[in-house]
Amino acid sequence: MIALQRRADPSRLMGYLAPLLALGITLLAGLMLFAILGVPVGAAFYAFFIEPVSSLYGWAELGVKAAPLIIIAVALSIGFRAQVWNIGAEGQLILGGITGAAVALMFHQNDGWYVLPLMVLAGIAGGMAWAAIPALLKTRFNVNEILTSLMLTYVAVLLLSWLVSGPMRDPDGFNFPESRMFHDAALLPRILEGTRLHAGAMVAVGVVLAGWILLTRTLLGFALRVNGAAPRAGAHAGFSQPKLIWTALMIGGGCAGLAGLFEVAGPIGQLLPSISPGYGFTAIIVAFLGRLHPVGVLFAGLIMALSYLGGESAQITLSLPLAVTGVFQGMLLFFLLATDVLINYRVVFK
Amino acid sequence: MPEPISPKAETGNGVPLVEMRGISKAYPGCLANDSIDLKLHSGGVHALLGENGAGKSTLVKILYGLLASDSGEIHWQGEPVHISSPAVARELGIAMVFQHFSLFDSLNVLENIALGMDVDADDALEQRISDVSTRYGLPLDPRRSVYSLSVGERQRIEIVRCLLQDPRLLIMDEPTSVLTPAEVSELFATLKRLAEEGMAILYISHKLEEIRQLCDEATILRLGRKVAEADPRAESARSLASLMMGSEVPLMQAKRQADVGEVLLALDELSLPAVDNHDIALKNLHLQVRAGQIVGIAGVAGNGQDELLQALSGERRLAQAEALTLCGEAVGRQGAALRRQKGLCCVPEERLGHAAVPSLSLSENAFLTAHHRKSLGFSWFTSASRSRRFAREIIERFNVQCHGPQSLASSLSGGNLQKFIVGREILQAPRVLVVSQPTWGVDAGAALAIHEALRELADQGAAVLMISQDLDELMQNCEYIGALCAGRLSDFHRVQDITVQQVGLLMGGEQLSGVEA
Repeated sequence: MIALQRRADPSRLMGYLAPLLALGITLLAGLMLFAILGVPVGAAFYAFFIEPVSSLYGWAELGVKAAPLIIIAVALSIGFRAQVWNIGAEGQLILGGITGAAVALMFHQNDGWYVLPLMVLAGIAGGMAWAAIPALLKTRFNVNEILTSLMLTYVAVLLLSWLVSGPMRDPDGFNFPESRMFHDAALLPRILEGTRLHAGAMVAVGVVLAGWILLTRTLLGFALRVNGAAPRAGAHAGFSQPKLIWTALMIGGGCAGLAGLFEVAGPIGQLLPSISPGYGFTAIIVAFLGRLHPVGVLFAGLIMALSYLGGESAQITLSLPLAVTGVFQGMLLFFLLATDVLINYRVVFK
Repeated sequence: MPEPISPKAETGNGVPLVEMRGISKAYPGCLANDSIDLKLHSGGVHALLGENGAGKSTLVKILYGLLASDSGEIHWQGEPVHISSPAVARELGIAMVFQHFSLFDSLNVLENIALGMDVDADDALEQRISDVSTRYGLPLDPRRSVYSLSVGERQRIEIVRCLLQDPRLLIMDEPTSVLTPAEVSELFATLKRLAEEGMAILYISHKLEEIRQLCDEATILRLGRKVAEADPRAESARSLASLMMGSEVPLMQAKRQADVGEVLLALDELSLPAVDNHDIALKNLHLQVRAGQIVGIAGVAGNGQDELLQALSGERRLAQAEALTLCGEAVGRQGAALRRQKGLCCVPEERLGHAAVPSLSLSENAFLTAHHRKSLGFSWFTSASRSRRFAREIIERFNVQCHGPQSLASSLSGGNLQKFIVGREILQAPRVLVVSQPTWGVDAGAALAIHEALRELADQGAAVLMISQDLDELMQNCEYIGALCAGRLSDFHRVQDITVQQVGLLMGGEQLSGVEA
C-alpha cells in the first residue's frame, strides 16, 4: 500500500523539486492528450516547445510575453505572502492601460520626452486606483478581497469596451472600436532591432530584484510575511494590518497597471477592446509556480510565456485550438498543487 | 480484528483490568513511547505522571484507540485486545475526558450529550443525566445552554457523558488545569466516589500535590520511558519531582520586596468593550505595579486574561490615554510598537501564532518584537546577522534546546520555545514586563528557569505583571496577588496575608473582608 506520512519538517528540497516535477507531469499528460487527439506526438512537442524559441525573434517574443507576467506575478507574490488575495490583477492591468492611453491620447500632438514617463505614472496610478476599491472595502467593512477584486475585473473589461467604442475611439477610424495609434513619443523604446522586445523586459528584471530585496531585506517585507504566516503575531509585534493590506494591494495594483501600460505602449501601440490575453490571471499561476519567490517567478514567467507562444504555434502548424494554451496552464497549476503535498509529506510504500 | 469480548466480564482477583505491555511508538525524529508497561486495577486511581513531552498523551491515545502503537500489546481483563479506534475502546468500557472539551456552545447540555452518544435528546436521556449527576455530586441542569456555563460545569458535562456509558475505566487528561480550587475539590470527591464503586481511573497530570492527594499508584514517565512506579502517598512532592525530572529539584524561595520603587505601570479605570460574543469586556480595572515588584493576577481562563493582555500590549488601543500609564506617561491610545519602544514588553499566552511565528526561524522570531529595542536593522532594512546574534544570545542565556538560530519556531518543544520567548523579552531590558501563563504546558525544569529569570528582572528594577491560572506559581513568585473574574479585577493582597482558599474566593468574584489590601 502507498501511504503519505507527515514529515517532521517541511522539505526544502521538495520545495524546489515540486515545480519541476509538476512541469514534467504536465508535459507527459499534454503529450498523452495530443496522442488521444490523434496528433503526432513528436510534431506536437516540437510545435509547442521548440519551434517558438528556435529563432532570435522567437526569444524576443518570449520576453514580450514574459515581461507582463513577471511584473504582475512578483507583485502578487508579495501580496500572497501576506495572505492578501488579489485575484483582480487583470482588471488593474486594464485600468493601467486605459489611464496610460488617456495620457498618450491627450498629448498626441506633443513630442516631449515627458509623455512616456507621464503615461507610466498614469498607468501605475490607474492600477492602484482599481486596487484601492478592494483595499478600502476590506479594511473598512471586512469585505473579502478575493470577490471584490475578481468582480472588478469584469467591470474593467466593460469599461474598456465602452471607452474604445465611445470617448476614446479614433475619430478617423471608420467607427472601429479602437483608439488612435500612439505617436512615437508615446511608444516604448525597442531594445532589440527587428523584434517587438521593448523596455518593459528590462523593467521586469528590475521588478524581480526590487521584489527580492523587499521580501528578504526590509522591515516592510518582514511585516508582510509575518502578517501572512501568523496575523496575531504581527499584531503583537505592532504591525498594522490595515496598512499592510493597503500596501499589498497598492503594490499589486501598481505593477498590474504598469504591465497594462507596457502592453498598450509596447506591442499593441493603441487601445483595443482587448489588451491582454489574461496575463493578470496567468500571473497567479506564475506566482505559485515560482514559489511566491521573485527569482522563482522569473523562471515561471518564462515557462508560462512559452505556453502562450506554443499554443499559437500549435494553432498555426497543427491547427489545434488555441484553448490548448489554457489546458496546459490549467494542468500545470493542478499538478503543482498536487506535487506540493510532497513538501509536507513523504510517500511510503508499506 | 479484536476478539469479541464481553465488556461486562468479571475480573478475577489480581488480574489487572488493563495491562499495557512494551508499548512503543515512534514519531519522525523522536521516540515518544519506549517499551512502556502500565497496569490498571479496578477501584484504583492511578496517576500517569511526567513532564510535557514525556509521552503521557501518546500512551493514553494508544489506549483509547486514537493512535496505533508500533509494538507492544494491550490486555483487557487478561485477554489480548486490539484497540483500533475509540469506538472499540468505548465498546470495551474505556471512557476519556479530554483536556480540551468538544462541546457546541449554542446547544444545551442535553443536546450536547445526545450528540456525543449518538442518541435522541429525549426525556429518558434527561432522566438518566439527572440520575447520574445527582448520584455522583455533579450538579448539572440538562436544559442550560453551554455558552452560559463555567469551565468547571463544562467539564462536568464531559464527565457525565462518559459516565452514561457505564465505563470500567475512566481516563482524565489534566482535568484540573482549568478549575478553581473549590471546583478541584469537588472533582476529587467525585473521582474518589467512582473509584470506591469499582471503576479504574487513570489520572494524567504533572501537578504533584494533586496526585499525592488523589492517587494510590503512580507510573512516572520521562522522555518516553517508564522510570518508576511509586506510591504517591509515600513520596514527597519533592521526591516525585526528582523522579519526574531525573535530577534533584532546587527549592525556590522568592524574597519579598518592600513597596519602595516608583510606580511603573498603572491602570486607571481601564475598560475595553467586547467586540463579539466570545469576548470578555474589561470593566474599570485599577492596578499599580512598582519597580522591583512582581504582581500576580489569578483567574480561571476565559475571564478576560487574553483581552487584558491585548489592552496592555497595545494590540487593542484604549479609548482613554490616561487609562494606562507607563513610567508616568499616558499611553492608552498608543499602539503596540510605540508602547514597546517606551519599555513595555509582553509575553502572550499562546506561544505559536501570537508570541512567535511558527514557520519562521528563531532569528526571525527574535527580530519580530526586538528589532527596535535591540537595533536589529538599519531604518527600513533588516539585518540577518544582528538578528542571528541576538537569537544566539537568547539561546545561550536561557539554555534553549534547539539546533540553532535557524531552527523553525514550530520545531521547538513548548518549554524551550517559552524559554526563548520569555528570554527575548527579558533581554530587551523592559521597564515593564507583562507575562501571561508564563509556564503553561512547560516542564518543571523550564518553569523553574523562567521563574528565576522573571525574579531577576524584577530585582533589576523592572515591574512585572504575571497573569496565570497556576496558583502555586503566583503564590511562589509574587508580592501581591489579585484575581480577574468576568472582566473585573479584585482587590490586591499581599501574598503573606492571604491563603490559597482566599484567592479561590477572589477568582470566583467575591471580595474578602478583614484582609488588609
